[in-house]
Amino acid sequence: MDFLRPASWEEALAAKAEHPTAVPISGGTDVMVEINFDHRRPEYLLDLNRIELLREWEVGEENVRLGASVPYTQIMENLRAELPGLALASHTVASPQIRNRGGVGGNLGTASPAGDAHPALLAAGAEVEVESVRGSRFIPIDEFYTGVKRNALQPDELIKTVHIKKADGPQQYSKVGTRNAMVIAVCAFGLALHPETRTVRTGIGSAAPTPIRAKEAEAFLNAALEEGGFWDNGKIITPAIAKQFADLCSAAANPIDDVRGTAKYRRHAVGIMARRQLGWTWEQYRGTGRTLEGAA
Amino acid sequence: MAQNTRTVPVGTPTDVTQNHTQGGVGASTLRPDGTLKVTGEFAYSSDMWHEDMLWGQVLRSTVAHAEIVSIDTSEALTTDGVYAVLTHEDLPAAKNYGLEFRDTPVLAYGKVRHHGEPVALVAADHPETARRAAAKIKVEYRELPVITDEASATAPDAILVHENRDDHHAAHVPHPNIVHRQPIIRGDADEAAKRADVIVRGEYTFGMQDQAFLGPESGLAVPAEDGGVDLYVATQWLHADREQIAPCLGLPQDKVRMTMAGIGGAFGGREDISMQILASLLALRTGKPVKMVYNRYESFFGHVHRHPAKLYYEHGATKDGKITHMKCKIVLDGGAYASSTVSVVGNASSLSVGPYVIDDVEIEAIGLYTNNPPCGAMRGFGAVQACFAYEAQMDKLAAKLGMDPVEFRQLNAMEQGTIMPTGQVVDSPAPVAELLRRVKARPMPPERQWETAGESADVRALPGGLSNTSHGEGVVRGVGYAVGIKNVGFSEGFDDYSTAKIRLEVINGEAVATVHTAAAEVGQGGVTIHAQIARTELGVQQVTIHPADTQVGSAGSTSAGRQTYMTGGAIKNSCELVRERVLEIGRRKFGSHHPAWANAELLLEGGKVVTDGGEALATIADVLEDQAVEVEEEWRHRPTQAFDRVTGQGDGHVQYAFAAHRAVVEVDTELGLVKVIELACAQDVGKAVNPLSVIGQIQGGTTQGLGVAVMEEIIVDPKTAKVRNPSFTDYLIPTILDTPTIPVDYLELADPHAPYGVRGIGEAPTLSSTPAVLAAIRAATGLELNKTPVRPEALTGTL
Amino acid sequence: MRVNFTVNGRPQEADDVWEGESLLYVLRERLGLPGSKNACEQGECGSCTVRLDGVPVCSCLVAAGQVEGREVVTVEGLAEYAKEREAHGGCASGACGTSVDQAKKWEAKPQDSQTGEGVELSPIQQAFIDAGAVQCGFCTPGLLVAADEMLERNPSPTDADIREALSGNLCRCTGYEKILDAVRLAAARQERQGEAV
Repeated sequence: MDFLRPASWEEALAAKAEHPTAVPISGGTDVMVEINFDHRRPEYLLDLNRIELLREWEVGEENVRLGASVPYTQIMENLRAELPGLALASHTVASPQIRNRGGVGGNLGTASPAGDAHPALLAAGAEVEVESVRGSRFIPIDEFYTGVKRNALQPDELIKTVHIKKADGPQQYSKVGTRNAMVIAVCAFGLALHPETRTVRTGIGSAAPTPIRAKEAEAFLNAALEEGGFWDNGKIITPAIAKQFADLCSAAANPIDDVRGTAKYRRHAVGIMARRQLGWTWEQYRGTGRTLEGAA
Repeated sequence: MAQNTRTVPVGTPTDVTQNHTQGGVGASTLRPDGTLKVTGEFAYSSDMWHEDMLWGQVLRSTVAHAEIVSIDTSEALTTDGVYAVLTHEDLPAAKNYGLEFRDTPVLAYGKVRHHGEPVALVAADHPETARRAAAKIKVEYRELPVITDEASATAPDAILVHENRDDHHAAHVPHPNIVHRQPIIRGDADEAAKRADVIVRGEYTFGMQDQAFLGPESGLAVPAEDGGVDLYVATQWLHADREQIAPCLGLPQDKVRMTMAGIGGAFGGREDISMQILASLLALRTGKPVKMVYNRYESFFGHVHRHPAKLYYEHGATKDGKITHMKCKIVLDGGAYASSTVSVVGNASSLSVGPYVIDDVEIEAIGLYTNNPPCGAMRGFGAVQACFAYEAQMDKLAAKLGMDPVEFRQLNAMEQGTIMPTGQVVDSPAPVAELLRRVKARPMPPERQWETAGESADVRALPGGLSNTSHGEGVVRGVGYAVGIKNVGFSEGFDDYSTAKIRLEVINGEAVATVHTAAAEVGQGGVTIHAQIARTELGVQQVTIHPADTQVGSAGSTSAGRQTYMTGGAIKNSCELVRERVLEIGRRKFGSHHPAWANAELLLEGGKVVTDGGEALATIADVLEDQAVEVEEEWRHRPTQAFDRVTGQGDGHVQYAFAAHRAVVEVDTELGLVKVIELACAQDVGKAVNPLSVIGQIQGGTTQGLGVAVMEEIIVDPKTAKVRNPSFTDYLIPTILDTPTIPVDYLELADPHAPYGVRGIGEAPTLSSTPAVLAAIRAATGLELNKTPVRPEALTGTL
Repeated sequence: MRVNFTVNGRPQEADDVWEGESLLYVLRERLGLPGSKNACEQGECGSCTVRLDGVPVCSCLVAAGQVEGREVVTVEGLAEYAKEREAHGGCASGACGTSVDQAKKWEAKPQDSQTGEGVELSPIQQAFIDAGAVQCGFCTPGLLVAADEMLERNPSPTDADIREALSGNLCRCTGYEKILDAVRLAAARQERQGEAV
């Protein structure tokens, strides 16, 4: 095994071009577990800790440009207003120690369906900026996840930033686990209201081979909100609409039975989370919602 | 022992001295090893280090049940940095070890009987080299069908997990795949059932729990010039280890010198041998010190677990709430090797009635051999599974009678003088009803705090916690009660003793006591109370605790809640003998100076010999001068009897311990998530030798019970008998956010038969915690819930 | 490979480090600092918690090569670190107010603690002993590093804050009640001391 320590982004890209099998390591919270438990012996480890730009973020007009290695703790503490869904998701990641090291780039690189950030990114809307010595490109988040622990990166590419749409409305995120902290998602759900475009977006984690959106549920809710004039009249969403939305979110899930939970439970829980989050976000939109301490 | 001229390994424990003015029995003295532990200086077994040491690595079976066709180590042997590769063919002498039966192969030969069984060993200069070499060993298996439950184990054509059993239970069991069977018959349950106005039946399932001690199995074996081995390990019972290790190394016991290295928790999981023999074999083969440290994955295969169980119960009661009878069958899965299954069966059977008066019972407990992971000792030892079931039955009975569940229990609660189903009279306090009264009388924690707490409302206090799953939706409160009974010490006629070597001498004008025992300090605070007892008995301030090793007689195991009773008793006894010797010397020297020397009731207090009236006759320094007094003595509790194999009758137990819990939970009934809000405990501790430690034990035991109620379970695939979750990612233990406030109320009703009146405290709270939480969840949801842990699926109908 | 970094204020060099080794392994097996514990090596228990440039992290998940040139504080250096923080107005190296230069001058003093007698402890260490928060002690080093850092950030934590800050540190012995007591005790003592100044 070789340990590559590029001092700059350019050096990192050059190293990745030269050694496409090199495994990038930043927070180490995925890679080191695999090494410690003998699951993986990469030829090269490519350390990204020295590259400052990966740990920076910038709040623009429309987007937040989030460096791939910005630790979850920083997202929770500094980007609650701009990225409420991702801030909530960040707070559910493992433990404080892990949140101090891990970042969204790692979640995307590993592309596990259980990664906590994915549903929030899907719901908010995001593009992943990846780069290689050949140049850079933006991959829409909807096209990023290509299979179980697979993503759209080319072997010579590294994740540089994620451009996430700044919230223009309420966002929520929940994850179900069998412990009250430090737990891998049995399943997770994120919801973002986008009043500017009068749309909603969702994200489902750990309930399909990849993180997914519940697109039929979104389409249904978009239409129902439009039809009922809810965006304008700010009325309470009827239980029938909420139920239909929840059922469609459940139906979008395509989970498996595993040691963490049954497929049946996952589908059920996605529906419950969808219904609750619709209630919470809509109350926030109507200006009557309250947030609880600890919820970001 | 001077044979060993090697340098002493880094991390070798040394004397720890503590100076306290008021640190006798009954005081909340602080730990003598506390400073070492908070500075990181305390050396655990995994911290041991030796110049030139090698690293040992185990290759474990990837299948649960198979014949071993071949093992090819050639490639591993030629790897750079590898010093030895061993298989069963390299075993020098005995091939098996075991606590109760010697049925466990050091390295598998012929066949493997469970997933993760050791098959080969590597020693290399770096752990990574050892791992890579182990991966190069080729083992060919011919897989066999797996035995996984009672039906597959006792089928007429079942494959035998162990052929040709020659253990002392082989002759009386109904099937060779049954390790042991213990029936208990008292009264006439069928006849008594006719008096019952209501009858309830239940079938209960208890999952496989892991001790999940944090310090992994580890240690250092150093080959000695006399051909023996010096072994630094973390274990619960040095001498029992040595009896098993020496024959497998082909060495006499005195050539296996063991020193207790720092122990990172035990809870029963270190009662069996883990890496002791393996590291010693590698050290003796290579002539170099060998360190072995299991990682967490391997740790799940490196020790036995709590027996999972199926329990079938029937109880009847009259309209006025008196229990008429009980019938039960308890099936404990011992897994592939016996470990302590025999004793667990004895406990489950003899304590299956719970802390209740029931005169007519028909009880049967069996322990199985299967291809599941081996199970043995864990805190609560057979009584935990039974308590889970009988307490569910009590709630069912109360509900059917329309009675309050606590009043119903109190109406049937045992007390001093009650006769157990084994015929044994409970001959010391048994305040079962009072313990229940105390937990019930506590004020309730505030309800729906997320609504009432205003600004300070917090998702972290809701089911789901940080995961933000509920802001109060679907959340329902439930309250549940449970009480349990646990035996203390080793039962069924076992010759249970401990040994204490006490030295009293004068250093710089001050009397100093040194306590040397082989007792395992697993975290419980044994060393703290050893010093306290020496202070009380010898009237000194300064006490030195000598490291535990095999240079002193056996202390027995740190288990069964027995060490304060047993090693505490041994220290008390040896101190009394030291005191007699001191007084003898004093009488010789000064007897003629003062008539009170003839008084039989002289004490040692504050460094002086004093009369019971408090008059000082001489200082210990003046009596002893440069003479040291040293006593090493064994000490025993009252003898017990074996249980009759047909009727189960016999005075089998030394002492009983009781604890009661009230659980308050909030359940997100839609998502099936549980938050335990409060878990109050009341327990009789006989005498709190160290109140701070007593509370710590009760809170810790309570939390382990909480874990198995809602999250902890080793999941074994019933088709392959392979473990599916051997990691802390998927075997979850409670975090600080899962653990509620645990108010503790303890009684001190002395047991007249025990030193200072003590009662073993560590285990009882683990019993009643689980059923109390289950009862509370049932109360919140209205569901029957006959299996623990309760998974979200069970609460949401999504199994 | 070779790795140079600072541990408890002292420059350290580790040689022949295998590229897959963790910071935890280097501390324990190469630098003679086994205080950070190896309970799970997968970031699930927090027993190996150290401060890396001031931030609490699981040292089992930091690749040794990643600490080149960086500063690590382990439980072995905690007492000295806390003392230094006290001397600099309640803040330790770099974390809040102390200049990097000042921080670099800080160095842990050697301790003679075979018996533990006479060792100077940080407030959180003393509180863990006094409150009975130590049983087997295997989780203690990680908890101390995490709790000390929390009290540095948040001198008057609520119980919920304490629970959240320590939710990455598993303890199997205590049921956490005495650990909560210890952190409350350290916070109260810290507050009293602040008032007295």
